Amino acid sequence: MSVHNQANLLKRNLFSGVLFGIGLAAFIDETVFHQLLHWHHFYDKSTTALGLVSDGVFHAFSWFATIASLFMFADLRRKSALNFLRWLGGVFLGYGLFQLYDGTVQHKVMRIHQIRYNVDILPYDMIWNAVALASVIIGFRLLSRSRSKSQQNKGNKTNESS
Amino acid sequence: MNHHEHHIHGGLIPFVHLVLGLFLILVIFFYLLAANRSSRKYKKWPIHRTLFWCLGVTCIGASIMGPVGEKAHTEFTWHMGGHLLLGMLAPFLLVLSAPVTLVLHTLPVRMARQLSCFLRRRLTHLVSSPLAASILNIGGLWVLYTTSLYGSMHQSVSLYLLVHVHIFLAGYLYTAAMIYIDPVSNRFSFGHRAAVLILSLAGHGILSKWIYANPPTGVPRAQAELGGMLMYYGGDAIELMIIFILCLQWYKSARPRTSMSVAYKG
Repeated sequence: MSVHNQANLLKRNLFSGVLFGIGLAAFIDETVFHQLLHWHHFYDKSTTALGLVSDGVFHAFSWFATIASLFMFADLRRKSALNFLRWLGGVFLGYGLFQLYDGTVQHKVMRIHQIRYNVDILPYDMIWNAVALASVIIGFRLLSRSRSKSQQNKGNKTNESS
Repeated sequence: MNHHEHHIHGGLIPFVHLVLGLFLILVIFFYLLAANRSSRKYKKWPIHRTLFWCLGVTCIGASIMGPVGEKAHTEFTWHMGGHLLLGMLAPFLLVLSAPVTLVLHTLPVRMARQLSCFLRRRLTHLVSSPLAASILNIGGLWVLYTTSLYGSMHQSVSLYLLVHVHIFLAGYLYTAAMIYIDPVSNRFSFGHRAAVLILSLAGHGILSKWIYANPPTGVPRAQAELGGMLMYYGGDAIELMIIFILCLQWYKSARPRTSMSVAYKG
């Protein structure tokens, strides 16, 4: 396995994680907030045309991302190239970034729908986006930890061989 | 216009149903015959392919005849259910049953050659590319539901038939362009197919919400809302299966000859 290939596989850990995170966020949005709680609405009259397009594209993308990322995960395992910490970092990052985009641009600017109707929306918005932001921060922390860990491993290996 | 009581269809409909019913039975019969012949000539034709074919043909029948087809004329929600069967589920099942492979197995050599020449023609390539197939499929739906076509379709039998034939053929072309079950001479990369699949799925979802908010001519709001949601979630369910097969095909093609750990040890 060439160095180039290894770097590729390492990148794919992150990529697969981010895709799964996006899919997970969209899945929770759909099952919990649309179907179980009935907080989110299927359609909101104040939705902008751009909002409709953005919602459509992200919905389709997240659907694809969930499945594709799991197949990538299986592929990494099969190639013994799975770096779980890096993958998990990707999941938090993807989850947080998508929820942040959903909570700010899609809900507020494009007005596809609100988190909940007939309530004071401010605390909902704040919690929604705070959770998203926290998830992004956790994602970055995990990624930097996986990076230092893999550097440590590399150092150990060169020590052993010298 | 919602209740098409004064349909001009009247006496024509039973006749069309009779012809279609006989045709569908014949189609199943020929597939069974061909599968049997292929099993004798080559290795055994997989039983699941035969099953997919029978289910797919049944979906076509159910979408036009029977209770779904009956109510589709008067109720938009049922029309949408029929559309999911005819334009998505039936094509998906039929693609999985690999009819082109079966035909190539059983036709006399000269005709099989002609067919494979036809499949390799420029025009065939163009029409069966993921992008063109998506435009034919999703674009066709946009034309149907956002123009007066939906209304006029219920006034003329020939237009009604034409639209439904298009929905089915475009659905088949689209599915076959995304997942490769039958031999494909002009292959597109997984990335390309995935990107086009995502965009077309988005186009489908956007149209469903558009229908929810802007009922087609003559459709009451409540029915348009329910129909739009059925289109949205039903479409998702079937697209999920297409995505799954596409990813599975990628997974199989990306199979390593040796895993990294084995390579290191060896």
